[in-house]
Amino acid sequence: MAEAPAQTAARSVDDIKRDPLVADAVARVADAIVDAKEFAGEITLTVAKDRIRDVAQSFKDDGFTYLVDLAGLDYSKYPNWKGERFAVAYMLYSFKKNARIRLKTFTSDAIPTVTTVWKTANWHERETFDMLGIKFDGHPNLERILMWEGFNGHPLRKDFPVRGIDTGARIYPEVFPEGGGPKAGSTGKDVKDVNVYKGEWKDYGTWPAAALPAAPKPAAAAPKPAAPAPQIAGEVEEGEVEN
Amino acid sequence: MFDVHEMEVNFGPQHPSTHGVLRILLKIDGERIVEAKPIIGYLHRGTEKLFEHMTYPACIPHTDRMDYIAAATNNLGFVEAVEKLMGVTAQIPRRAQLMRVMLSELQRISSHLLWLATHAIDIGAMTPFFYCFREREQVLDLFEIYCGARLTLNCMRIGGMPDDLPAGWLEDLEAFTAKFDAAVDEYESLLTNNRIWKRRTVGIGVISAEDAIDWGITGPPLRGSGVEWDLRRAQPYECYPELQFEIPVGKNGDTYDRYLVRMAEMRQSNRILKQCIPLVKATPAGEIKAKISRVIRPPEGEIYHSIESPKGELGYYIVSDGKTQTAYRCRVRPPSFVNLQALPAMAKGHLVSDLVALIGTIDIVLGEVDR
Repeated sequence: MAEAPAQTAARSVDDIKRDPLVADAVARVADAIVDAKEFAGEITLTVAKDRIRDVAQSFKDDGFTYLVDLAGLDYSKYPNWKGERFAVAYMLYSFKKNARIRLKTFTSDAIPTVTTVWKTANWHERETFDMLGIKFDGHPNLERILMWEGFNGHPLRKDFPVRGIDTGARIYPEVFPEGGGPKAGSTGKDVKDVNVYKGEWKDYGTWPAAALPAAPKPAAAAPKPAAPAPQIAGEVEEGEVEN
Repeated sequence: MFDVHEMEVNFGPQHPSTHGVLRILLKIDGERIVEAKPIIGYLHRGTEKLFEHMTYPACIPHTDRMDYIAAATNNLGFVEAVEKLMGVTAQIPRRAQLMRVMLSELQRISSHLLWLATHAIDIGAMTPFFYCFREREQVLDLFEIYCGARLTLNCMRIGGMPDDLPAGWLEDLEAFTAKFDAAVDEYESLLTNNRIWKRRTVGIGVISAEDAIDWGITGPPLRGSGVEWDLRRAQPYECYPELQFEIPVGKNGDTYDRYLVRMAEMRQSNRILKQCIPLVKATPAGEIKAKISRVIRPPEGEIYHSIESPKGELGYYIVSDGKTQTAYRCRVRPPSFVNLQALPAMAKGHLVSDLVALIGTIDIVLGEVDR
């Protein structure tokens, strides 16, 4: 129906900003909108990350009362990508206009929360934090939601292997002791001392990956014979197509 | 830290009334709930991660496993999203569109029947369970005749449908639709004016329209709060614009209204099915696939597409880099996950036994909550 791709003549950024759908909301926060795109009839506005809450509030006041979805993305393996590593996309819907728009903001570590604007953002932001490790400043309860408390790594990051990890010990051995992870009797946060790594969490620095510090050799520990790590699934290379 | 009368108990994850592996950390004062905190993730299988490592057609069976009570609508949302990304939505043959609508309406009926059966048995009404499963069996038989599976259907393809309708399927469907309205009457005769049922549901878990929108609630819970919003009408897909149906809405936003909304929705789905049968018969047999490339490599771009699943708005947000046959990122917007988030607000101040009614009325499927 109303989704015939409107790709005939790509509109310029200013034209999209003047679209009657978003013009009112954009006018109030014009300086925060850094880019605008249109694909398949959907408008995507790129927002400066420090202003996301103002922009969200402006759109909510303009009728976009329903935050449909909040999705995090890891752009580190995107072809020819030069921007910041992570993005967060906000899908908004207006009941009055019966229309959707998308806000998008890029970050390398943290952005302000929008839970103060929409209550529903709470779990979405927790999930994005859990899956991608993007922090949401000002979130009332930013803890893991799908993975267990103490899980090491963020599964939807592109450098996380699809076959999974041995409860944290395999991909970040310098951070997480071997055999870490949940054990019988663990109930999460309130018993944090049962099996959760107690040392300092390591700062992995900023993307790109070349900037990552080399993993230090485990000092003093006798180098073990290279016992092959248990394979959870077959060898699947990152990004390889399996079907 | 605690009031002397308060205590903390675990509700689930291994409890039949949690409909799966939902765990709720309850702080209770006697029988009254002071605070409820859902803890999820026990069924997390990393579906979104898997989507990034499979070609688009290979993802379709995985969508079945999210909302395993309503696999057809999950398939529909995904294939439509990919079609939108490729820009081939307009090329889907009419027969395929009608078949998709029929399968998703049948799925809505079977999902609501399972909801009613379990919701009623949670609250203590045993009989509706048997009645509902009697009709659900017939719906599952129809699925089985079409695609060979009863739950994980994998019954849609990007660009159309895998197979044409088998001979006699439409007649079977016609026989089912002719009887189904009477079956809904039968369920309603057991519950709608039942005094015990009303005492357990009226005024329980009230949520206002504004709160429902703020919490992002969709589907029957939103309509139960009086918001007349259904994606089949608001942003129609496939051939819904030409089908006649009403959007039932409630008034008070309580458990009883949500029950009434779903009962009315089953009747409306049956009405849609009845309209579809002659329309399908009028289309040429075999025209079920659009002529699109077998190698699916959508252009660079990102889209969000959503449909009305039995639980609410089911959306897919797909980002394609234009170079590979896999999605760069495929995010699922699961209705159950979002609706469940409002549970603590709804449960506060109610009795523990009402929590069971509330879990039932939100109609969650943990496969979809955790993905």
